[in-house]
Amino acid sequence: MTLVDVRDLVKHYAGERRWFGLGRPAAAVRAVDGVSFAIASGKTLGLVGESGSGKTTVGRTMLRLQEPTAGKVLFEENDVFALDATRLRALRRRMQIVFQDPYSSLNPRMTVEETLREPLEIHGLSGAVPALLDEVGLDAAFAKRYPHELSGGQRQRVGIARALSVEPKFVVCDEPVSALDVSVQAQVLNLLADLQTRRRLTYLFIAHDLAVVRHIADDVAVMYLGKIVERAPAAEIYAQPRHPYTRALLSAVPEPNPRASKQRIVLAGDIPSPAHPPSGCPFHPRCPHPLKSERCHTEPPPLREITPGHLAACHYAEKPM
Amino acid sequence: MTGTEGPALLRVRDLKTYFVTEQGKGTARAVDDVSFDLYPGETLGIVGESGCGKTVTSLSILRLVPEPPGHILPGSVIEFEGRNLLALAAPELRAVRGNQIAMIFQEPMTSLNPVFTVGDQIAEAAIVHQHLSRKAARARAIEMLQLVGIPDPKERVDHYPHQLSGGMRQRVMIAMALVCHPKVLIADEPTTALDVTIQAQILELLDRLQNELGMAVLLITHDLGVVAGHADRVVVMYAGRVVETAPTSGLFEQPTHPYTEGLLAAVPRIDAPRSRLHAIPGQVPAATAWPTGCRFHPRCPYAWDKCVTQEPPQLETGAPGHTARCWLVTEPERRQAKR
Repeated sequence: MTLVDVRDLVKHYAGERRWFGLGRPAAAVRAVDGVSFAIASGKTLGLVGESGSGKTTVGRTMLRLQEPTAGKVLFEENDVFALDATRLRALRRRMQIVFQDPYSSLNPRMTVEETLREPLEIHGLSGAVPALLDEVGLDAAFAKRYPHELSGGQRQRVGIARALSVEPKFVVCDEPVSALDVSVQAQVLNLLADLQTRRRLTYLFIAHDLAVVRHIADDVAVMYLGKIVERAPAAEIYAQPRHPYTRALLSAVPEPNPRASKQRIVLAGDIPSPAHPPSGCPFHPRCPHPLKSERCHTEPPPLREITPGHLAACHYAEKPM
Repeated sequence: MTGTEGPALLRVRDLKTYFVTEQGKGTARAVDDVSFDLYPGETLGIVGESGCGKTVTSLSILRLVPEPPGHILPGSVIEFEGRNLLALAAPELRAVRGNQIAMIFQEPMTSLNPVFTVGDQIAEAAIVHQHLSRKAARARAIEMLQLVGIPDPKERVDHYPHQLSGGMRQRVMIAMALVCHPKVLIADEPTTALDVTIQAQILELLDRLQNELGMAVLLITHDLGVVAGHADRVVVMYAGRVVETAPTSGLFEQPTHPYTEGLLAAVPRIDAPRSRLHAIPGQVPAATAWPTGCRFHPRCPYAWDKCVTQEPPQLETGAPGHTARCWLVTEPERRQAKR
């Protein structure tokens, strides 16, 4: 059953006006440019991309932490963008977010207990802080501590406990482990997986690291310059990537195996600015596909189904690299 | 790539770098008795997590640790081509720093000066160390930009750092470091701040430049994947100590220290099916209060009473060039019993 349904989500940031706000505005930044996906109840969608791909903006706009430019988000059949303030607040109880940086997302002047109590009070709920701490693997004694007394991994556990305190169904995890060391990252990933099973949670897991996503996601969507370029069940996308960008991303992950003799595809050039995306296929200036043609310069490839359940936005997806 | 025969280019022995912390909190023993060798032309990886002392080690080599609060203890030796860098007077050290030993940092944004053009910043070292004229130095800067793969170097030489992307800035940093053709390049997390496709570009560039220029590289990173693909030998650090040293293939095939073993198992693999990750329980202890005995014992699955009281020395594992600071080397049957 579909829990969250995102349809043609668009978020543009208006360009600044020069000459003290009187001149012509600069080109708008097309952070998210027509993104659609659905997540079934109890499943995890991994949303992968590099800086500037728009993956974080998708997560924030879905929860209406930012207002969208266009598009629709349905959560349990409710149109999230059409709700008034009261009903939005009620809905927020069911959709929560865990942020990337456990250093800046906790209030330094609040104890762990105060941080966990606040959402309960806002939503008029009764909940036990010791039980929450226990669930995320922290001793009850942590309730009286301040964030500066905690390590990065412990802070992230508090961030997770805060999101869970109001018993949400859906959690956006925005790069929840990328600021953590490898050994601690594994602890937090395992915790997120356990909580999902225990509480039947649905996750949107945003990350830049394809190896991390592999360990948590059921489906994976890859973003490039505000668009989804490929979407498929996880096993399928890792075994048979259809889009040359996915292929290059996979090959660029450094493998902890000195004997790995894979063919590395090193992409040329930088990620273009989302204020001036290239014409046609946004990936064409960096695309290493041997079949790349004039068509890629002029005609934007739609995201289309190549094999059942496997979508890719490439004119040559039938003949992957 | 070269072997470990012949004299080392850089010898680090018993390096101790401590920091005095706020009153009452004691001394942070960030680097505590670290020894390793760097041979000409090789890439030596130093791996570890936050707080293990890998960055302080690299800063100590060029004496870039701020004093106070930091200080390098007497008895530490950092020998470059037979001279102890820790005993050099400031002008002699300056002749080495940036000239024969150069360094690139993690944050290309904060380590470039925003008010000078990239050309000026690259040319500075050539003017200071090689006494080139401004004109010759500018030509050298353009040459270096070309070498590190920056398109239109003649235009880019007059650009300011903010006009460049993150990957381009890291290329500029590399150009600055290599302008005097150093014998040793210290690269401290050179790709951590970059996206994965840009990281691949920078690592490929470093490999190519090392082949062309023949320098030795000290590659400091938290990423075992980066080490696997780019280092000849690896030093693993934990809690201010070197816990394992080995040729790269030996380390990955036969990790001996339980910390190395745990770290390797904790890395999410792109080629493994969805599964539970191995996690090392607990967390890195504070540098002001390292545990007694083996510093890893509170987190170690094999630890027994000896580990709590006696710290193991570096022990030869039997494989060439492979040492580990772990009692399991002397009692390997204990590892088998746990499995």
